[in-house]
Amino acid sequence: MSNLVYLLAAYAVFWALTFVLVVSIWARQRRLERELASLAALLEESRK
Amino acid sequence: MNKDRELLGLLLIILSTVAVLAALGMVFLYAPRETTMGDVQRIFYFHVASAWVGFFAFFVTFLSGIGYLAWAERRWDILALSSVEVGLAFITMTVITGSLWARPVWGTYWTWEPRLTISAVQLLIYVAYGMLRSALENPEKKARLSAVYGIVAFVTVPLSWFAIRWWRTIHPDILTGGGGMAFTPRMGYTLLVSLAAFTLLYVTILRQRIRLERSADALAHLRAYLETNYIGGSHV
Repeated sequence: MSNLVYLLAAYAVFWALTFVLVVSIWARQRRLERELASLAALLEESRK
Repeated sequence: MNKDRELLGLLLIILSTVAVLAALGMVFLYAPRETTMGDVQRIFYFHVASAWVGFFAFFVTFLSGIGYLAWAERRWDILALSSVEVGLAFITMTVITGSLWARPVWGTYWTWEPRLTISAVQLLIYVAYGMLRSALENPEKKARLSAVYGIVAFVTVPLSWFAIRWWRTIHPDILTGGGGMAFTPRMGYTLLVSLAAFTLLYVTILRQRIRLERSADALAHLRAYLETNYIGGSHV
């Protein structure tokens, strides 16, 4: 029974690390896209 | 074109999620309970699959390094660094799940035997890849040195692979005789599905990581353009 703790912990590690990796990429992508959009808007405004 | 890419990205996300869930289902419902170790042996499937993806990711970095040195194109550098980041996550997964498997089977979370020692060194070497990149300012120098580093660092992959064959070790070698495991065909199919699922997951995450790097490049170009033409240039 106690060995199941290690089994569950190992699979929890898999999900946790995958989640952290995916969320970190997603969050960085969102931040970059926001910055890109605001700079593009600034450029558009200064061209007018 | 953009819509096709988005559709492909979505398809990959759905496929890899389904594949990982199918592999998980096989691990717990289809693969038999191993006779010596019991249920804790089920760690094996995702442990091996994450090691495979880590090795494959570093192989992609190795090939991209050669690509960059041959053609000096940014896309090779992007592929190399994206693959290292994804590979590092999977190798970390391998080391942690391996420790959790070792505790009930070997009686310890960690022992300095050849395979584990090389895995720890490999992890540190690829962490240092990121540190090297952040320490260099010049983009061309950064890409060139990183390419060389990625090629040299790859030596840890065959070393880790052969460690359990060259040296006396307690780490099991499944490919040559089961490594103390009663290996059945059902276990083999489960392992194959896990390997395929993890490979798909790697491709999906790598694709997103590459997209992130391209967005960072686009932002850097736009910033440089604005600084040249609107801050330090004639429009001011």
